[in-house]
Amino acid sequence: MNKTWNNKAWFMILPAMLMVMISAVIPLMTVVNYSVQDTFGNNEFFWNGTEWFREVLESDRFWGALVRNFAFSFTILLIEIPLGVFIALHMPRKGIGVSFCLVLMALPLLIPWNVVGTIFQLLCRTDIGLVGYAIASLGIPYSYAADPKDAWITVVVMDVWHWSSLVVLLAYAGLVSIPDAYYQAARIDGASRWSVFRYIQLPKMKRVLIIAFLLRFMDSFMIYTEPFVVTGGGPGTSTTFLSIDLVKRAIGQFDLGPAAAMSIIYFLIILLVSWVFYTVMTSNDETA
Amino acid sequence: MARINLDHIRHAYGIRPTAPQDYALREVHHEWADGGAYALLGPSGCGKTTLLNIISGLVRPSEGHILFDGQDVTHLPTEARNIAQVFQFPVVYDTMTVYDNLAFPLRNRGVPEDLVATRVKNILEMLELSDRADKKARGLTADQKQKISLGRGLVRSDVNAILFDEPLTVIDPHLKWVLRSQLKSLHRHSRFTMVYVTHDQTEALTFADKVVVMYEGQIVQIGTPEELFEKPKHTFVGYFIGSPGMNVFPIALEGRKARLGDAAIDLGFAPKVAAGQKTELGIRPEFMEIGKKGLPVSIRKVEDIGRQKIVRGDVAGQAVSIVMKEGAEIPSEPRVSFQGKGINIYADSWRVGQEA
Amino acid sequence: MLELVNVSKVQGGQVHIHPTTLTLERGSLNVLLGPTLSGKTTLLRLMAGLEKPTEGRVRFDGKDVTGVPVQQRNVAMVYQQFINYPAMTVYENIASPLRVAGEGSEMIDREVKKVAELMRLTPYLSRTPLSLSGGQQQRTALARAIVKKASLVLLDEPLANLDYKLREELREELPKIFAASGSIFVYATTEPSEALLLGGNTATLNQGRISQFGKTITVYRNPRDLITARTFSDPPINTHTAVKDGKTFVLAEKEAGGKGKPHKITIPVPQHLAAIADGPVTLGLQPHHLSLEEPFEKAPTLKVRTQVSEIAGSESFIHVLFGDKRWVMLAHGVCNLDPELDIDIHLDTRHLMAFGADGASLSGNAG
Repeated sequence: MNKTWNNKAWFMILPAMLMVMISAVIPLMTVVNYSVQDTFGNNEFFWNGTEWFREVLESDRFWGALVRNFAFSFTILLIEIPLGVFIALHMPRKGIGVSFCLVLMALPLLIPWNVVGTIFQLLCRTDIGLVGYAIASLGIPYSYAADPKDAWITVVVMDVWHWSSLVVLLAYAGLVSIPDAYYQAARIDGASRWSVFRYIQLPKMKRVLIIAFLLRFMDSFMIYTEPFVVTGGGPGTSTTFLSIDLVKRAIGQFDLGPAAAMSIIYFLIILLVSWVFYTVMTSNDETA
Repeated sequence: MARINLDHIRHAYGIRPTAPQDYALREVHHEWADGGAYALLGPSGCGKTTLLNIISGLVRPSEGHILFDGQDVTHLPTEARNIAQVFQFPVVYDTMTVYDNLAFPLRNRGVPEDLVATRVKNILEMLELSDRADKKARGLTADQKQKISLGRGLVRSDVNAILFDEPLTVIDPHLKWVLRSQLKSLHRHSRFTMVYVTHDQTEALTFADKVVVMYEGQIVQIGTPEELFEKPKHTFVGYFIGSPGMNVFPIALEGRKARLGDAAIDLGFAPKVAAGQKTELGIRPEFMEIGKKGLPVSIRKVEDIGRQKIVRGDVAGQAVSIVMKEGAEIPSEPRVSFQGKGINIYADSWRVGQEA
Repeated sequence: MLELVNVSKVQGGQVHIHPTTLTLERGSLNVLLGPTLSGKTTLLRLMAGLEKPTEGRVRFDGKDVTGVPVQQRNVAMVYQQFINYPAMTVYENIASPLRVAGEGSEMIDREVKKVAELMRLTPYLSRTPLSLSGGQQQRTALARAIVKKASLVLLDEPLANLDYKLREELREELPKIFAASGSIFVYATTEPSEALLLGGNTATLNQGRISQFGKTITVYRNPRDLITARTFSDPPINTHTAVKDGKTFVLAEKEAGGKGKPHKITIPVPQHLAAIADGPVTLGLQPHHLSLEEPFEKAPTLKVRTQVSEIAGSESFIHVLFGDKRWVMLAHGVCNLDPELDIDIHLDTRHLMAFGADGASLSGNAG
């Protein structure tokens, strides 16, 4: 490369650099700082090495939350991706129905997390909530505040309600980009409905589905507001996810060191899992 | 393989057509022979794609019937018509291998696997793709993909017709003639009825035994390349086929003579035209000769395009293009003569036969 | 006058344009002819100032403009895609460069109407581009380039997306329109026939190198080397290796179809090649210098086998096998020969070209 070295170019990316520094790098460094130091107040810090990391990694509390996190992400992905694809497949491709469906689908996405939480908290109350009351009147014992299973189901349903639309919209975008000729060719070839899905729609949706998958994984792995509002992590620790546990540690107990160490571990796990997913899911492309 | 009958077909996209202009396809009534290679040629908007879609079953004609081997298929959907189609852009199943792509239509129809194998191998060889049988279709070049699209039609024995919708659009120019010649030989070997839609005269004339020229929703001529060149039935055919196109002069008919300005041209026959019809004389640039005989011509420009010269000028106040040989010279007082065999007479844009 | 002096472009270690020196006169029409990826677009971008040359200078009317960005030069560009402002009328589209330049509305009106008349757009001035045909859309784009009175107008395959009939019509009109304005026109195309119809000057471009620049018909008739001859013939020029031995060229070739042992075929050396030295040469003959009829008495003949006949309306290209080599013959009118026929074809050796081992032309005045 014999490109001319242009110093002016560096000035152009300076604002972006500053933004990244302020919003990401500096906070991250602060957290790293906290994770390797101990403090007894008065702004006095002592070097603590990897002690906090060991403490976090050896605690059952951490592993319990981690397992719950994976279980949660796994469950909602298993529901949201097929459900989203299914709905997208049945949405109209042309006519006035299109905009109607799109608006309908976009609605849940416009509602803030804590509002969703509040809605469900009210909806599922057995005394005054529409859903909770209906279930209770069917004679099914249901209480998200008392039964861990019910709490778990409530949180999952809440997430599915809130976020399946995102998968629908992405999958729909992938579907409408398929030229008509493909469907016509498939009809001529005598392909079944399933073959059309398997050999035309799914391959063409693959790229957007990878994006949907990653977005939903990362987002659900970081879930905080909704369970915090509805169950507060309970009953017991049944819906205490890493994020909730983290806040408990940092704010509730003011254990800054372990909380910082936990943040870093948390961050690395998301990074690692996302990277693994992405690599696995896109690996077929190169071997074609 | 089938004979195709287009029985008084008309089509309008609007709801209530009243005038002929409302029809995207005006009146088509023809029989296309079993095993023929037909090309639908015309500018964009002439109705050729509508006609193709009517044959494939994508569009149901407003009026008339379409028959394959005498059987009315007007109301059958695409998949029940046993046709194959090659689209403008290659349609392949990306995740399948080349072999599986070709086997797909057969497997869908429950053909036993050993028969699938022999058929597919046969087609792979015909398309010169044998060495890629196990490769994923996604990695192939556009022309190879287009061959696979075609192969999925060829592999079936029950196909009534193979339809092509401008199949060479995305093919590199220098590969086009290779595919054109392969298509031609594939037609010779398979004897499928083939219908090829294009706006490119070279593609149409090279591929087809019979070229169907369409203009403003109607078929203006069905003929061999020779017929289209020498005896265009409509002035549009003369203009559209050949470059430069046919010269068309308004004339007055006087028995066996055509009067063009002050000059009279002997036609050798007396064309019969009704009173009040617009009469014209059409002659291709190739059938005009510049020399010392004939009508005076004023020359505006000479385009030397290497293998020949195109002379642009005026004869009797009408613009004219004349083709001259590579080395030919223009005399000082140029005149132009018309070769009798190249003269066609038109009444209201339609050719008046010598026979009539 | 636009001058490129030793201009080259290297990107990511890859040479896009080899050092090129080229002078384009004011008021001239210049065709850049070359296959896809030969560097035509890069060269246009270098001329426009959209890209900075790796080395070399660009001068305009003697003034060095290397590195001066395109906004500060008086350049107009027309692309293969029909690029217009979709929300504006044709009139406003054509007027837009003048409005940007801050011209008065009277002057704008006059100029727009003049250019619209020239481009035959007058009836469509109040319509929007998307309601027009492809040809009219491209005319609008051309009108915008011309109204600007740019000193340099660059056209990158402007007719490639049009029907062949529209292409034919615009090709015929363009030289007139170009002649009416005083700008330097540079027109990139892949089609030799387009270059010939446009006339003017042609530079043949191949793999980032200009092999020849001169009057279009001269370059076509007297290519300096084999690369130029190949670039400037469609269908491709027919070539064969031979050995000159006194008054004959000796070709070694197998039977048609490539079977059997090669045998010798001799062709008498035509007058215009008599002076070249004995030894190996590459012979070249354009497709229209092969024919079924004798071009002159005792013209040499060859036995070939027909492959496919391509019919292009008023001409036919007959692909034949000479030995195992694919040759093309151009016949007038419609000529549809069955494949796999053994036929005799005649060579018009008066136009035979000969090239040396390095590809340089040995013919004095072939063509």
